Amino acid sequence: MAKFGKKSNTSQDIPTAALPDIIFMLLFFFMVTTVLRETDILVKQKLPKAAQLSKLERKSLVSYIYIGEPKQSNLFGKEPKIQVNDVFVEVDEIIQFVNQEKDKLNEAERDQITMSLKVDVESKMGIVSDVQQELRDANARKILYSSVQSIDI
Amino acid sequence: MARKNRPTAEIPNGSMADIAFLLLIFFLVTTTIANDKGIAMLLPPKPDPNQPPPEVTENARNIFKILANSQDKLLVEDEPLMDVFQLREMVKSFILNFGSPGEEGVAIYNTLPASMKSYISLNGRRPDSSDDPNTAIVSFKADRGTSYELYVQVLDQVNAAYNDVYGERIGLSANEFLQLDRDDPVQDKKYLAARQGIPRAISIAEPNKIVN
Repeated sequence: MAKFGKKSNTSQDIPTAALPDIIFMLLFFFMVTTVLRETDILVKQKLPKAAQLSKLERKSLVSYIYIGEPKQSNLFGKEPKIQVNDVFVEVDEIIQFVNQEKDKLNEAERDQITMSLKVDVESKMGIVSDVQQELRDANARKILYSSVQSIDI
Repeated sequence: MARKNRPTAEIPNGSMADIAFLLLIFFLVTTTIANDKGIAMLLPPKPDPNQPPPEVTENARNIFKILANSQDKLLVEDEPLMDVFQLREMVKSFILNFGSPGEEGVAIYNTLPASMKSYISLNGRRPDSSDDPNTAIVSFKADRGTSYELYVQVLDQVNAAYNDVYGERIGLSANEFLQLDRDDPVQDKKYLAARQGIPRAISIAEPNKIVN
């Protein structure tokens, strides 16, 4: 039984001196990748699923329009509403919003503005096509139906 | 002058890991990895009010009609369709029909790989479907009462059919075609080769105006 009785002299401590460095590395990763939400979304947002998605290339050219049933339906009713920035707008105010967003961009890039439509699945096409007509009038023709990647079989 | 036994000027750093952990957990919880993906579309330009709406001069066989009503029922090429997922194959065989191709159509046909040529001779060449991919148009009209979910599904299927065609042309799958990076010259060349001559002609019809 001498084999088991042997005591080794190596220390059994795991060196923890590098632990803060590892944690800091993780911390920096998450700090860099994190995007803090700028707007409070006031409408329900369950995005549709689709398989053939394309990525947005330049984030600075993108503006968002949210459409869906208000979360506080006791205050705003159950009908789908349009939200831009932090407020609800009517359909005819969208041109104004697009022009505001275009003013933020360089003159050369104004035509490339992309509107990302974040529309709840419960909405009907009526309100979406109204928005699209306004976007055509505002000459912001590049749009993106924001959706979630579904698993393609 | 210096005093002896000065207290050590070290900051205790034993709890640094704990502080870093706390911050790490904060960012882990608040982080939302942005998913800015979706189906890209280009809206048609604003119609000129002084000009009458353009006449449709295309032959009916060159237009693949998809209608969706307010009960989310589909009417495809004047026949009801229950399963939206069949659209992909239907649109694909519509684009690759080559019923009576013009000069450009023949040129496109000659660039296709052998697998697609055999697909065409097997499924295509129908007189009642599109002449060639150059003139084929997929038209989709949704009612105001159609659900957005169905609208996106139909668009997704039509786009999938086009991506199938583009991808197969250069020996890729639809997903691999989508992932081509156009900033890379080699991949951009592939992308252009796949797109050459076959426009992604998806027409979204204007919905009916509300009747007051």
